[in-house]
Amino acid sequence: MAVEADKTKHLLQAGHTACAGCGQALAARIVINTAGPKTIIANSTGCLEVFTTRAPQTAWGVPWVHSLFENSAAVASGIEAAMRYFGKIDEVNIIAQGGDGGTGDIGMGALSGMLERGHKILYVCYDNEAYMNTGIQRSGLTPFDSNTTTSPVGSQSTGNQRPKKPVFEIAVAHGISYAATASAAFPKDIEKKVKKALSMPGAKYLQIHVPCPLGWRSAPNLTVEIAKLAVETGLYPIVEFENGKLVSVRKIKPKPVEEYLKTQGRFKHLLKNEEELEKIREIARQNIEKYGLSV
Amino acid sequence: MKKFVEGSHAIAELVAKCRPQVISAYPITPQTHIVEGLAKLVADGKLNAEFINVESEHSAASVVLGGSAAGARTYTATSSQGLLLMAEVIFNIAGMRLPVVLTCANRSVSAPINIWNDHQDSMTVRDSGWIHFYAENIQEAIDLHVIAYKVAEDKRVSLPVLIGIDGYVLTHAFEVVDMPDQDVIDKYLPAFSPVAHLDVDNPLSLGLLGGPDVYIETRYAIEKTMIDALPIIEEASKEYSGLLGRNAGGLVEAYRTEDADTVAIAIGSIVGTIKDVVDDLRAEGKKVGVVKLVTYRPFPKDALIKALGSAKNVLVIEKAVSLGADSPVYADVRSALYGKGNANVEGYVIGLGGRDIPASEIKNIFLNAGKGAENEYVGLNIELLEG
Repeated sequence: MAVEADKTKHLLQAGHTACAGCGQALAARIVINTAGPKTIIANSTGCLEVFTTRAPQTAWGVPWVHSLFENSAAVASGIEAAMRYFGKIDEVNIIAQGGDGGTGDIGMGALSGMLERGHKILYVCYDNEAYMNTGIQRSGLTPFDSNTTTSPVGSQSTGNQRPKKPVFEIAVAHGISYAATASAAFPKDIEKKVKKALSMPGAKYLQIHVPCPLGWRSAPNLTVEIAKLAVETGLYPIVEFENGKLVSVRKIKPKPVEEYLKTQGRFKHLLKNEEELEKIREIARQNIEKYGLSV
Repeated sequence: MKKFVEGSHAIAELVAKCRPQVISAYPITPQTHIVEGLAKLVADGKLNAEFINVESEHSAASVVLGGSAAGARTYTATSSQGLLLMAEVIFNIAGMRLPVVLTCANRSVSAPINIWNDHQDSMTVRDSGWIHFYAENIQEAIDLHVIAYKVAEDKRVSLPVLIGIDGYVLTHAFEVVDMPDQDVIDKYLPAFSPVAHLDVDNPLSLGLLGGPDVYIETRYAIEKTMIDALPIIEEASKEYSGLLGRNAGGLVEAYRTEDADTVAIAIGSIVGTIKDVVDDLRAEGKKVGVVKLVTYRPFPKDALIKALGSAKNVLVIEKAVSLGADSPVYADVRSALYGKGNANVEGYVIGLGGRDIPASEIKNIFLNAGKGAENEYVGLNIELLEG
């Protein structure tokens, strides 16, 4: 079914049903407001789809389509092909977007295909680090030692036993013109990166870290602060690649990882576990070294 | 223009004449020659279309979904496992009412892996909301593609269409076909004008979450459209037949059923063999005939009943199964005839996985009519089963 959107200042309008403090709603609004009204969105199944488009309402002020969980990159490829055929490819922006599971797990093949084929599309992954729409199940992008409903903490487990899947690095490895990470904590940086990405040829990838108060068991009023701590501890590097080359990083004075971990219930079990804390510190150290994050 | 051509190449040439704007496909035997043909037409500048090579059938179906949602005329082709991988998107395309046209080069499904013909693949998506056509020969295959676009894009319908073409038997066979001129197709098929599409000047949201308050109505709407499509398919077939000066498309074809007491029902290329057997038996004075289901979904119940006339024995001969239950067409026919006279309806499964179908086996089915076969597998090698 098709529903007509209201046209007001925001292209993702208030009135949707996202949870209080949702980092994804915040980031998605910044992305589409920056991209502007001449944008077509293909959206994966997930929270963003569910909370913005329950029939007969829509929160989107741009043409928007949802098909399935794993195929937004392929649906966007078809839209891009049609725009190319109609000679409109330079008049519109095409954005494919989804969560971390829709992007890096079930949608990895479709994403890789879209990147490899070089469609003029910006893919945006809103990374809240688990399957939140179905109730906080572990995804490939869930960080090490997170307590989720399918990687629960127990007498034999400290939570998710695998490191975060390097989907961003995999995207970069496709040799695309532009790839960047960003955070809901830094709206101006998201704006800058969306603008930059849309000015670049071919396929682009933007991965935005977006706190999920429900899934992370964090205070809804602290979303921005928590997102900022992820960056400042070195656990979520903010970086930018053009044509495979690192062109910028957000420099930090690294804070102790505990400052980030203690804000969230998903890491609560780690705070008195020095052995596990040391493993998390090592992840931060490796990120800082890999990208030269320290000022 | 008459020409001697391979089935797949005939389909490629015909599809190109329908001027699809976005084509996407992933290779699978025996569909490959169709999409290779289209790729070459695009490469040679003979077809102006975006041809998108993808990493899976799931994405091929998703690309044409996106293209169609953006207002483009689209085409894809697949087979067997490819259609199964597409299945999720197949249902989605129908639910979104997008008039995609897909050729299914009918092939068995795995395991065991088998690349030869039967109808198990497309039967898995018979309930998806796609209109299903099946072709007896290469001529019918190309005619049905033209009619498919006409019906799919008709605003009263706006549903996708699958055309089943028997793998190898039709895709790799050569036949003399009457290939319509471009101006005939252009006259018949106007430019695609979608009911709703992605347009920055008129921003709509498509593919919304439909809760318990709206979902069943979306299904009812497709159901109703399917039933309403029956006369629209006939109308579209009649119009195209008029332009060609010969019969094309339709719901069912009755062959020598007048005064017949025993009538077979089948879909696809096996109908050709059955027609030969009917001719032989008629020469021996037997009152036999065959009804071909050209349109399988929507199920042309009334047209079928009419075509069967007063036949006492109805023999469903099919290349598909519903393991643990009556085979699909057999069940459909029994259901359609329930309470409509006292015909004896028998069901036969034949030719799975490309097993050769000799005329003698079809003849035996006719000669044994009346013995009440229910879902009987024909031509089994007992040694294999007992070994």
